[in-house]
Amino acid sequence: MGVKSWILPLLLLQILFGKFGIAELEQHTERISGSAGDVLEDDPVGRLKVFVYELPLKYNKKIVGRDPRCLNHMFAAEIFMHRFLLTSAVRTLNPEEADWFYTPVYTTCDLTPNGLPLPFKSPRVMRSAIQFISTNWPYWNRTEGADHFFLVPHDFGACFHYQEEKAIQRGILPLLKKATLVQTFGQENHVCLKEGSIIIPPYAPPQKMQAHMITPDTPRSIFVYFRGLFYDVGNDPEGGYYARGARASLWENFKNNPLFDISTEHPTTYYEDMQRAVFCLCPLGWAPWSPRLVEGVVFGCIPVIIADDIVLPFADAIPWEEIGVFVAEKDVPNLDTILTNIPIDVILRKQRLLANPSMKQAMLFPQPAQPGDAFHQILNGLARKLPHDKSIYLKPGERTLNWTAGPKGDLKPW
Amino acid sequence: MFHSHGTRRSNAAARSSASGGLEGGGVGSPAASSASEGSSFRPSASTFWLLLHGLCCLISLFLGFRFSRLIFVLLFSNTIYTYTTTTTTTITSTRTETLTVSFPLTHTPPIETAVKPNNSALELSDKMSNQGSSHSQVVVGRHGIRIRPWPHPDPTEVMRAHRIIERVQQEQRKWYGVKSPRPLIVITPTYARTFQALHLTGLIHCLRNVPYPVTWIVVEAGGVTNETASLLARSRVQFLHIPFHEKMPVEWAERHLTENRMRLLGLRVIRERNMDGIVLFADDSNVHSLDLFDEIQKVQWMGSVSVGILAHSGGPDRTLLTEDEKLNPPIPVQGPACNSSGHLIGWHTFNSIPYSEKSATFVGESATVLPGKMEWSGFVFNARMIWKEAEDGRPEWVKDLDKIGENGEEIESPLALVNDASFVEPLGDCGKKVMLWWMRVEARADSKFPPGWIIDPPLEIVVPAKRTPWQESDDLAGSKLEQDDRRFTRPKSRSSSKRKNTLPGQDN
Repeated sequence: MGVKSWILPLLLLQILFGKFGIAELEQHTERISGSAGDVLEDDPVGRLKVFVYELPLKYNKKIVGRDPRCLNHMFAAEIFMHRFLLTSAVRTLNPEEADWFYTPVYTTCDLTPNGLPLPFKSPRVMRSAIQFISTNWPYWNRTEGADHFFLVPHDFGACFHYQEEKAIQRGILPLLKKATLVQTFGQENHVCLKEGSIIIPPYAPPQKMQAHMITPDTPRSIFVYFRGLFYDVGNDPEGGYYARGARASLWENFKNNPLFDISTEHPTTYYEDMQRAVFCLCPLGWAPWSPRLVEGVVFGCIPVIIADDIVLPFADAIPWEEIGVFVAEKDVPNLDTILTNIPIDVILRKQRLLANPSMKQAMLFPQPAQPGDAFHQILNGLARKLPHDKSIYLKPGERTLNWTAGPKGDLKPW
Repeated sequence: MFHSHGTRRSNAAARSSASGGLEGGGVGSPAASSASEGSSFRPSASTFWLLLHGLCCLISLFLGFRFSRLIFVLLFSNTIYTYTTTTTTTITSTRTETLTVSFPLTHTPPIETAVKPNNSALELSDKMSNQGSSHSQVVVGRHGIRIRPWPHPDPTEVMRAHRIIERVQQEQRKWYGVKSPRPLIVITPTYARTFQALHLTGLIHCLRNVPYPVTWIVVEAGGVTNETASLLARSRVQFLHIPFHEKMPVEWAERHLTENRMRLLGLRVIRERNMDGIVLFADDSNVHSLDLFDEIQKVQWMGSVSVGILAHSGGPDRTLLTEDEKLNPPIPVQGPACNSSGHLIGWHTFNSIPYSEKSATFVGESATVLPGKMEWSGFVFNARMIWKEAEDGRPEWVKDLDKIGENGEEIESPLALVNDASFVEPLGDCGKKVMLWWMRVEARADSKFPPGWIIDPPLEIVVPAKRTPWQESDDLAGSKLEQDDRRFTRPKSRSSSKRKNTLPGQDN
């Protein structure tokens, strides 16, 4: 009995420490648990059922067939999510038992010759798809889309425009008012971020990043690393508009600082250099999100996020404040002071968190899908929103969506 | 880009109003005579615009950019920066009004003081949010580019950053580097001579950068000297200074043998003191790469690495390569040779046949210095291999150290320490990676150098150089120095007239 009296408190202590993810000093990684708990490695199978609508090929396959570049750009998540769901264990062919409904429409695949997606037809495409599902299945009208989810990975999500002022002016497509949006854009108190949206990372090609891995004992000798534009000379030559002046400020303040390896070059050793750096800058561009976050996480370089009010991917599962460094745009001139004053054990802890393989996995969209990857995190996010509130089911005759709202050009059929 | 549109529209308005004014002047005056009068009165407004426009252009030319936007920024910042759906129409009207205001010329560069607009924009957005419109605190539109007054690195911060990097690398080594690093014991034979400071300084700096604990055994021929002792004392490396009571011979062949004996003495010291770690032979004139020290941590009992042999000659003699040699150029590397499955099958040695006639025989001769058959520096082994008591796990193919050299035979290479050379482990990717280089550069044995390389007392010219003028020389092709010194050493054969011509300004 004397032995048992101290075993129980010891066990409790162990569980307590395990739960809060305190660093096990023997390991070089650390468990990650966000506000929703230790959910990164949850398995969504068995927790939800998704029904995939069978849309005519003009909404998906034919679009990709016309321009296969869509499979490689940073908006490719919408295509790969479709492919993943078709063969996933959460898919159900019986819509009556489905918790969530997925509409496979690729709205970000109309590319310019340079490869940038044009959003001008996207509202019409989306509207046409919703019209199709609402006329051929009863499930849309049952809830007006409250148990449906859509992937809208473009710059400003379902606002369907690349210019922020126009996007704000348009607002989220009125038909999607009730649906759950899975998007890359996230900024607090912004018109284009709806409550209950799931933020995902932009697509970065996993094989390409894997091919550029170097041995982890290569010493990290670059303090701060960044490659990209500071002034968008084509659209905003004087600066001040692009990135709200933050990138230009970075250049003007730190171009002469040897600790900052920043330039506009496109080196072939970009991924290798990131693995030799301690901090990687992720400033906003025309939109606050960027693939640099994904690259920084995969290569173990601490992301320095310079984007006011940004909402990062899977923010309830990943405690980003403990992993990255957040710098307000107004503090950019003091970035060197901020970074050098971070205590060394905080930096080492961030590196330990980044070294966690489940962290890297959660940012990637590998084909075929692997446990813990971004596809599974999306499903986990959807599962956490279950069960649906009874109020989403409309009474017969009740209508809240306005099908004629929005600019005239959107109402044209596609 | 409504801002740019606004300014363009307003400039266009200015121009059109100017032209309109002129035309109005032309039409308004009925008679030709009054036309000139009319046109002289009317243009007060249009010429004003024209002059304003011209002045703006000149100033822009001077400054190098269109500063009109700056003016609008500074004057009317609170209406320009927030985006709301209602203000698009009002903005253009306010723009046309601003043209009547005289602008203050600010000499500060455009970007520095631009913190103001953003603050007022934020204030406005605060007001807006108080009014109930859920605007984000982040405002769309043109923002200033913030630059601090002294955008250069601060030295304390730079040092802090370097400490962070150092600590991060230490952590990396801990997790991804060698798991349980063993201390190193480095044996170096040396003796005091001109080139000693050069070679030892390089080796000291290399050993200081090794991230593992190092014990340096320095065996000095001719006993302990102050030269070596002072170099070692300043080295900040933990060392043992062992005297070897024989002077270093002048011939190369003898020198190689003496060095071998010195190394054996070092090994006996290790054996006596039961020192633990990995034994490495670092000759003072060799050059090592830091990768070498990481690689040798892998050795179990005895390992071998490839050594790059940089045999050079003192002079520019060019040995013509034979045709055969041109196709298969000789590789100056000495080290282990492996078969395809990575097992040791033999040794690459340095091909010294081309140099056989022209090699140096004594130290300091300007000819090619040849290495021995197998250089000691290419071998490393576990110190426990030479301990007196047979440790567990110590292999039987190792000879007892006391038995070596008993009968006075010379030990050519460390392979004499083992019975069976096939147990030697090839390191460095089976010898493919060369991480150290052998080189022998020495001055003549009788060359002098200042003791401790400190010039004290200051040099006096005690040996005249060939062209020093204060010797009685009859060279008239001397410099002014020579002419000056004629005052003191004036040969009587010179004519006075010549002196007058050559020394015009001199006081006699």
